[in-house]
Amino acid sequence: MGATGQPQEPKTTYREAMREALREALRSDDRVFLMGEDVGRYGGCFGVSLGLLEEFGPERVRDTPLSESAFVGAGIGAALAGMRPIVEIMTVNFSLLALDQILNNAATLLHMSGGQLPVPLVIRMTTGAGRQLAAQHSHSLEGWYAHIPGIRVLAPATIEDARHMLAPALADRDPVLIFEHGSLYNASGELPPPTAPVDLEHAAIRRPGTDISLITYGGSLPKALAAADELAAEGISADVIDLRTLRPLDDAAITGSVARTHRVVVIDEAWRTGSLAAEVSARIAEESFYDLDAPVERVCSAEVPIPYARRLEEAALPQTADIVAAAHRVVE
Amino acid sequence: MAEFTMPSLGADMEEGTLQEWLVQPGDQVHKGDAVAVVETAKSTIEVECFETGMVGQLLVEPGTTVPVGAALAVIEPTAEGPEKREKHRKAEKAEKAEGKRPVPSTPTLATPTTPPERAGVPAPSAAHERGHTEAGPLLRHAAERSGIDLDTLHGSGRGGRVTRTDVERATAAAIAAQPLRVRATPLARRLAAELDVDLAAVTGTGKDSAVRAADVRKAAPGPATAAPPSPDVAAPAHPSEDRATAMRQAIAGLMSRANRDIPHYYLSTTVDMAAAMDWLHEHNRRSRVAERLLPTALLLKAAARAAREVPELNGFWTDDHFTAGDGVHLGVAVSLRGGGLIAPALHDADSLELPQLMTALKDLVVRARTGRLRGSEVSDSTITVTNLGDQGVESVFGVIYPPQVSLVGFGRVGDRPCAVDGLLGVRPVVTATLSADHRATDGAVGARYLTTVDRLLQNPEQL
Repeated sequence: MGATGQPQEPKTTYREAMREALREALRSDDRVFLMGEDVGRYGGCFGVSLGLLEEFGPERVRDTPLSESAFVGAGIGAALAGMRPIVEIMTVNFSLLALDQILNNAATLLHMSGGQLPVPLVIRMTTGAGRQLAAQHSHSLEGWYAHIPGIRVLAPATIEDARHMLAPALADRDPVLIFEHGSLYNASGELPPPTAPVDLEHAAIRRPGTDISLITYGGSLPKALAAADELAAEGISADVIDLRTLRPLDDAAITGSVARTHRVVVIDEAWRTGSLAAEVSARIAEESFYDLDAPVERVCSAEVPIPYARRLEEAALPQTADIVAAAHRVVE
Repeated sequence: MAEFTMPSLGADMEEGTLQEWLVQPGDQVHKGDAVAVVETAKSTIEVECFETGMVGQLLVEPGTTVPVGAALAVIEPTAEGPEKREKHRKAEKAEKAEGKRPVPSTPTLATPTTPPERAGVPAPSAAHERGHTEAGPLLRHAAERSGIDLDTLHGSGRGGRVTRTDVERATAAAIAAQPLRVRATPLARRLAAELDVDLAAVTGTGKDSAVRAADVRKAAPGPATAAPPSPDVAAPAHPSEDRATAMRQAIAGLMSRANRDIPHYYLSTTVDMAAAMDWLHEHNRRSRVAERLLPTALLLKAAARAAREVPELNGFWTDDHFTAGDGVHLGVAVSLRGGGLIAPALHDADSLELPQLMTALKDLVVRARTGRLRGSEVSDSTITVTNLGDQGVESVFGVIYPPQVSLVGFGRVGDRPCAVDGLLGVRPVVTATLSADHRATDGAVGARYLTTVDRLLQNPEQL
């Protein structure tokens, strides 16, 4: 990640990587089109699709009315009709207006049609807090979507994943939800040339270690890596696991890491209760119980609507210091 | 003076490991009391005493493996008045009625590393002799809940009566006497078992002094100087595998012998179950859920009743002659979760009412699977039934369990085309089979047996 970036070489940002992925998708397949609120003339409310309208025209980069249920439903219909729509929802908070479409239609149609109606739809949305956008724009609800069978849930946390996850997502015959953490868009760094195609099945070890597993995803990854740096300075070697795919979870990566380190801190910006961190912890209890040398710790957001005021917002979110403190409690 | 010896709990048993004493020297025992827990290749079994008297010296330490017939303890005969014996019986009955065992909890197969814990319940002592202790129902209830035997308390109240304070004090003492569970992480526990480290002896450095993996490693002897496993924590790395192997070997030995020595003949017949199933459905419709019957109950009952009517098949072939069984003790083949099987007996199955039989069967299966059978159940069945119907097969021809002379098999009760009154109909039917020892009987006797089973199942209301 760009957190410890060295100023040299041409750099790219997470936002540009995402835009490049969209551009590539639009170029390489006529069936692909992008739609959502403000994705065209305004360039996307986070600037991801800036310039794409000019390049591909209003047929393929479509501004939609302010109705999540309608345009997600239209995306499902287009997918059923053979298109490969990419639907952008501004933030995960607003996606709840389209939850009915996602859960009751997109996720279930393949099953309810006896395998006859795949829904090859990609839905992108922003998640997470940290930019003083107040409660209605700042929540982390991807764990709710990871609850739903029939869809795949991705959380690209690096520039590389932002650049390369879209193509396999579009190739998937199931609906794929991509959660982009708002604080990552400005992250910058080098984009290594593609080696192998990015797979959507496996978690990634972002930093190997032997003393403690920091299991996280999305916007919390840079904080976990920073915490790992601090811990390393104290001689504690942290294994940082980026889940990348929140559904289906890569159980083998989790159990593998726990088998190496025997101690776990799960970091998740969602609220602690019923969170993805809860799911990961439960799986560790189920599958890795006899590998544990300390109780699993979780670092999650305070169970409040995320505040607007900067200090309060910082206090509500998992921070690097919280992760380090939790790691200390586990390692002792 | 009599000896309590390692019993033979089935023809396949050559030796047993004494796991635990359920009595202490000085205890009164009666014929039929469970006095020890013995582990055989197949199961953990409570063995009963055949004498009445006082337990003298215990000759064998728990954990010791001895051959069948070896003396385990000395039983001194005592002159005991009939009145007292009657009282004891009553007490035992009361305990049974409450579903309570008179013994403290013991390790089950699932946790072989836990040493037997006897603390918490004061051992029955000579205080029994003092007879009835006066105490109100409230105190009795409180004592029972804490597992305290009121008869062992010295009452501090008027006239030696047990007071509430006495019970509370005893409860506190019982709790204090319980060994503290060592706080240890799961990994530390696993390592301790693997490295043969006694967790209680390890100093924990974790939170609230929890023992962590590093502490266990520090305490572990080096690989070159590994100490012999102490009996307390003796834990083979994979106890369940060892047990499975032992079980397989025991079955292998016995079944090879049966197939080699017993000239089997096999018969089979198809029984129309329409009447039985109609009756069963009607019965179940009228019964509460807990009292509902499974078809198995009818089949077992019919098999037992038929064995009573055809006694030539109910008994043992020993020393070149047949000995009839002293009642119909129906062995029921139970497959165990970890693999293998065991065939404990339903005593006097021919005279059990169906609901009783159903209850007894459930109880037997649960105890067979948790390894808590009684010796008499494992050793004295007179005829065995194997019912593989729930596995979906149509018929099963089994191998006789020596020294028994016959084995009855039932397949699935299922709808099959069947000629009824000259027309083809669909009826629930079951295939009943008999494997019998040709040395003891001929096919005609076997045929009579299967015909009897059929006839009994046509009149389910009389079962």
